[in-house]
Amino acid sequence: MLDIITEPFFIRALLAGLAVALIAGPIGCFIVWRRMAYFGETLAHAGLLGAGLGLLFNASTALFAIVVSVILSLILLALRRQKQLPVDTILGILSHTALALGIVVIGLVTGAITSHLDILFGDVLTVSSADLIEVWVVTGIALVLLGYLWKDMIAISVHEDLARAEGINVPRAELIFMLLIAFVTAISMKIVGLLLITALTVIPAAVARRLSPTPEAMAVISVILAVIAVAAGLLMSAAWGTVAGPSVVLAAGLLFVLTLAWRRAT
Amino acid sequence: MLKGNEPLVSARAVSLRVGNRLLLDNVSLDVWAGTIVTLIGPNGAGKSTLVKVLLGLIPSTSGEVHLRKNLRVGYVPQRFPVQPNVPLAVNRLMTLTKSAPPAEIEAALQETGVGHLKDARVEQLSGGELQRVLLARALLRNPELLVLDEPVQAVDFHGELKLYELISRIRKQRGCGILMVSHDLHMVMAESDHVICLNGHVCCEGGPTAVQRNPEFAKLFGPAAVSMIAAYTHHHDHDHESHGHHHHDGDGHAHHHHPRDE
Repeated sequence: MLDIITEPFFIRALLAGLAVALIAGPIGCFIVWRRMAYFGETLAHAGLLGAGLGLLFNASTALFAIVVSVILSLILLALRRQKQLPVDTILGILSHTALALGIVVIGLVTGAITSHLDILFGDVLTVSSADLIEVWVVTGIALVLLGYLWKDMIAISVHEDLARAEGINVPRAELIFMLLIAFVTAISMKIVGLLLITALTVIPAAVARRLSPTPEAMAVISVILAVIAVAAGLLMSAAWGTVAGPSVVLAAGLLFVLTLAWRRAT
Repeated sequence: MLKGNEPLVSARAVSLRVGNRLLLDNVSLDVWAGTIVTLIGPNGAGKSTLVKVLLGLIPSTSGEVHLRKNLRVGYVPQRFPVQPNVPLAVNRLMTLTKSAPPAEIEAALQETGVGHLKDARVEQLSGGELQRVLLARALLRNPELLVLDEPVQAVDFHGELKLYELISRIRKQRGCGILMVSHDLHMVMAESDHVICLNGHVCCEGGPTAVQRNPEFAKLFGPAAVSMIAAYTHHHDHDHESHGHHHHDGDGHAHHHHPRDE
């Protein structure tokens, strides 16, 4: 029954998933620390609009997803300075406008949104060798940037004014972090899909929070949990023929529930 | 330590308008190395806001703020909401913006009387403990400018006295400049070199003795405060021979142009 797991396409899926897990762990920690889950979701929805534009111009959907996410990040950075509307309201507006616009564009371009559900829910089992290289290269770059930002981002997460007063370049760190989210969103598009990428970043980090004494431990544990979720989700998909992307997220959700029970037991 | 011929931080005619509220009105001040400058004033006087403007956290509407280049700042903010999402022990909080060897971390914590809390979880500290840890953290940076926004809030009375003594000692030993916001008029009067009475604008400023004699001070804090401080400083003189030697700016002067007075 599980012969499938030795097939090249399955191994490629696993390797692509591992790359995403590696970067989703620490990024998820920052998203949890800075309470940016909604922000990440907004960027993911912007990625959908980008993917739609990519299809329209017959170009790389990942590239367009990155470009649109980055533009939206910059708009959000600017809008955060105004005081008329709270940030979550702005995110609510932009997030769903981008989602709606993305779906409309994809519908218009391809005639039917249903033939492009892979953008929304991922299609990890069709990852090509070229995709795999792309995913690992982007992950590598993202990890280097993240290492460079690590201490600053923790200081900013703990107390932004304090960090800034003591000489940390907060706007630069935030900008790089937003770019990171945009990149990770784009490469995860194929793995778990744009609607579920926030889940793969936030859930392992949320579980890791309760198991971790330090920020560094939390990052490592969330990577381990994300790897488990990816592996378990793909196995689930292989065994029962479930859709791969959502299966990965379900596995992550299951880990969350299991650790809740475990915690209550002790 | 050399004082240098440039203040650590200086503000010239700084104003801040938010909406139609004038939060800071034409405020000027300098903090020099080796001196303690204290901001006092009622709630809503703009003390914390002024501190944030000086640190470059809030841009001013007009006027100029100049921080010396590459100035090493240690900051104890007025509010420090603990982030339950970030797993943090005191040890790690200490090196948030600058790394340090464990021995130095421990020494800094011991200096503020919380050496035993080295491995405690930040979210489990009491208000007073957190305040001491934050002060230790700022000291660990070996700052040239120490900015303390109500450094002894939530600290019990006995601890408060010791912390103010510590702050005064730090200035003498390390020669750093200290900018402090305080509600505690007694301590301010005992340890500051220069006191600025703020109520949007600078009501009066000068050495502590001059300021408490200033009619603007009495207007802001009431006659009871004046007599209380007079009694206290008199008493305080007997236990601390140290204070009163730094009043190089003893001539307080007042400005009488607050818009709310008109």
